[in-house]
Formats: sequence, structure tokens, C-alpha cells
Amino acid sequence: MAGLEDFLRARCLPLAGAGAPPLLPLAAELEAGEAFGLSPRELEAAALEAGLLPRRYERNALLFGLEGQRRLHMARVVIAGLGGLGGYVLEYALRLGIGRVLAYDPDRFDESNLNRQLLATRASLGRSKAEAAAERAALVNPAVDFEAAPRRLEAAEAAAVLPGAVALVDALDGIGDRLSLAAAASAAGVAFVHAAVAGPAGQACVQAPGAADLSRLYPAGRPERGVERSLGNQAFAPAFAAALEASELCRLVLGGEGRGLGGRCLFFDLAVPEFLLMEG
Amino acid sequence: MKVRIKLFASLRTGRFDEEERELPAGSRVLDAILAAGVPPAEVSVIFRNSRHAAPGDGLVEGDTLGLFPPVGGG
Repeated sequence: MAGLEDFLRARCLPLAGAGAPPLLPLAAELEAGEAFGLSPRELEAAALEAGLLPRRYERNALLFGLEGQRRLHMARVVIAGLGGLGGYVLEYALRLGIGRVLAYDPDRFDESNLNRQLLATRASLGRSKAEAAAERAALVNPAVDFEAAPRRLEAAEAAAVLPGAVALVDALDGIGDRLSLAAAASAAGVAFVHAAVAGPAGQACVQAPGAADLSRLYPAGRPERGVERSLGNQAFAPAFAAALEASELCRLVLGGEGRGLGGRCLFFDLAVPEFLLMEG
Repeated sequence: MKVRIKLFASLRTGRFDEEERELPAGSRVLDAILAAGVPPAEVSVIFRNSRHAAPGDGLVEGDTLGLFPPVGGG
């Protein structure tokens, strides 16, 4: 857009050093939004396109570079669940600047969620998790195109919404849903970023498109619920597991030097603590 | 043969975190699970030296087994 790039460039901070992208302050984005009638998302796209880095991502710059931030902005991710795992996965996705996020959760907040679910507050009790998530997204990073559906993601809808997504992120509760959606992701040719927790323990892995890692993790005949029935659910295991998922999501979008958790599963028990990486 | 067995999450309750067990030659993974006092139905994932293993797999001296119950919370 003629004029917009000049407008933004004129308002960037002085260059930090050779090779560093010009930093665009939020105030300048807001000004441009008013002047040109553009949404935060459109402005972020224009800025990144012009080689300008919104200041909110300044601390990402050394890790991802402007090009990495652009790729994050272009990525679309689907998250199944907005509870213990999902609240944190969403938070990381928003802060990373993943451009489009579609999330599903049919539930409303209950008092028992308050010990661990990021979006659960006294104010949100009884409210739809999907609605609370939309509010959080608008607050944390309105440049993210966020949509929350107040329903379960069923296999049929997964088949419709997954193509073109970087990954389906597992933030589910229960084993049956995980197996069903892992199969749907596999069939849709999309990576399934898996995690699950029980008490202080949990696991995380990435099922590559077309693969069947989840069926090996949950052999046939297992009950619907795992040992979370006897151990409960506490605050930091979901955050830890969600961080692993966010890290793998970054790897799917940006590549990276490490091997990652594709086809490998990390099991953790923070009570010890012990970490076991299962190779194949 | 000596085999090291590590228990995770709820499998540790009332048992142990990590122990070495002496097993007869020719023992299989399932024998180690039983020796640890763990009902096989409670084990969802079995590691043998960082690789996924099945109850019927054979064991050798110095193997380390990790036993994980089904984990499905979120």
C-alpha cells in the first residue's frame, strides 16, 4: 500500500545494529491503523512484508529473525482444547505471533479449573472457555487471527479444517478423543503435536503426517481416562507439557537444528524429576 | 541377569522409583513387570533402553526398563 510503508518506516526506532530490522513501536501501529483504516493483523502483515519488526517481537529477533517472524505470521494452527494444556498453548501461540489460530472447546469454566487453567479466573467461572480465549487473544495479541469454536472438534470437522494447517495441537482431556483426532490429523496429512498429563507426570511427541504414533502410546483396550483419575491435575505439569508443544510447533514452522520430538516421545515425571526420551 | 526397572507416575505408588532386579536368563519384559509387582494391565508404555518395547521382548543383562501408565489428562 503506497504511503503505508513510508509512514511505518518513518516511525521506526533507529537501527540497533547492522543487519537488525527496524523496530516498529505499537504506538506507530495504532497511528497507522487509524490513518489507513487497517486492522492490527493487516498492519503486522504490512510491517513484516516491508522488513519492519513490530516491537512486540523484539526479543524474538535474535532467535527467529524477521524471516522467522514472517513465517510465524503466515502459519495457521488448530488447537483442540482450551483447558489445562490449551490455555497455555494458546498463550504461547499468541506471544509467538502465530498468525492464525483456530481453537475448540465445548466447556465452561468450573471452580475446579482454578488450580491450573490459565484462562480460569473468578470472573470467568461459568463462562464459555472459547469466549474467554477470544478475549485473552484480543488482549494479548490482536494481530493474531483467532477464532474459538465452543464445541468439540470431531473427526469430520477436523478433516475439513486441517488441510493447510501446520499442525493440530493436542490439548484434549481423555484418551479416546486423542486417538480419534490423531487419526484425523494423520489422514489429513497434518502433524499432530501430542501431549498429556497426569499429576506431576506427562508425555509429549509429534506424530508426523501419515504416521500412527498415538496408537502405540495408547495400546488397544486402555481405559478412556489415564491415571489422572488417581493422581489429579496440578498447575505446572500442563504448563510444562504445553511448553513442549509450543516448542515443537515452532520447530514445525521454522525448522531448527535440534531433532525435535517427531517420532520420539518425551516422558517426564516432575516429582522425581526424571525425563525419558523414547527413540522409536 | 540384572535388570534396572524405573517406575513412573502412579506406578511408583506403594512400590519404588527405581530398583535393580535379578531375573533368570531368558526372561522377558513381562517377567520384569511382574517381578516389580506391577499389574501388566496398568502399563501403557514400556521403554527398554530408550526404545519402545513390548511385553514379549527378551531381556539382556544390564537392560533398563521404564514403565509408564496411561496418561490422558489435559
